[in-house]
Amino acid sequence: MTDKPQDGDRLVIAGRSFASRLIVGTARFSSRQVMLDALAASGTEMVTASIRRISLEGYSESLVDLLGGRYQLLPNTAGCATVKDAVLTAQLARESLETDWVKLELIGDRETLYPDVAELIQAAEQLVGDGFTVLPYCTDDPVVCRRLADVGCAAVMPLGSPIGSGMGLCNPYNLELLCDRSPVPVILDAGIGTASDAALAMELGCGAVMVNTAIAQANDPVNMARAMGEAAAAGRRARLAGRIPRRSYGEPSSPQLGLIGSGS
Amino acid sequence: MVATVRINGEDRRLEVGTLIELLRAEGVDPKRRGVAVALNGTVVRRGDWPAAALSPGDEVEIVKPFAGG
Repeated sequence: MTDKPQDGDRLVIAGRSFASRLIVGTARFSSRQVMLDALAASGTEMVTASIRRISLEGYSESLVDLLGGRYQLLPNTAGCATVKDAVLTAQLARESLETDWVKLELIGDRETLYPDVAELIQAAEQLVGDGFTVLPYCTDDPVVCRRLADVGCAAVMPLGSPIGSGMGLCNPYNLELLCDRSPVPVILDAGIGTASDAALAMELGCGAVMVNTAIAQANDPVNMARAMGEAAAAGRRARLAGRIPRRSYGEPSSPQLGLIGSGS
Repeated sequence: MVATVRINGEDRRLEVGTLIELLRAEGVDPKRRGVAVALNGTVVRRGDWPAAALSPGDEVEIVKPFAGG
């Protein structure tokens, strides 16, 4: 048995293909080495980074130098609450990481970290017009996701539950609807707590999952990272294999003839 | 000319020259990968740093990639 994805079944976003269906964040790790080991164990090919003001008092090792050769670095606009800030951050990110790709985050509520979808759609349209490949972090609202795809986003990244909450997929029925209808890959992002959440997202039809806190803050981040990579692959394999339907009643699996004893 | 320039949200009084001079004075190696700069809300490409002249009251953002989710 192998945990590798099936041959030829690659994740395709904006014409670029990936073997791994797991994207991993780089935040909240206890140390740089733990982060490096966890990323390696996860099998991921794309990791996220934030863009922040340089410390004028020192210049620590660059994330680009540390990770740039091994992973595709996907900058985010984390912390931005306005279209203006998100667009400038994305433009700075493009310059900084020499990539057109951006994970667009526009938060409307600092406690729940819920996306502000009105601003998000506006910013997405502007950035697409400026040549960016936009991956928006959004709600699991099928209409919002459709609008984001319509304005040209390369994927949609709906939350399963709030960032860092570990509550998993709060609305799996909705997510499945979303996946059925989306013309672009659906990447479940936010709220994954453990491996089964990642597998479920893939079974429901997601193209990929993104995980940060569940790995970085696990007791054993390296093993959790490995579990997440395996879960994403297993969930994908199960999806492609075509599950049995759910039934209310039992259906025996052993033959009903040749029963020993008086029977009924 | 010494004037006030806002760098990363902090007002600083310094000798106003070009962006590349500012970076060097602040200890940022202009050749370092990952550094990006905006002047008054507009990104200034690396190739334009030597030519970009600062004026009093300018706002400069100097950023780089950090850990993030």
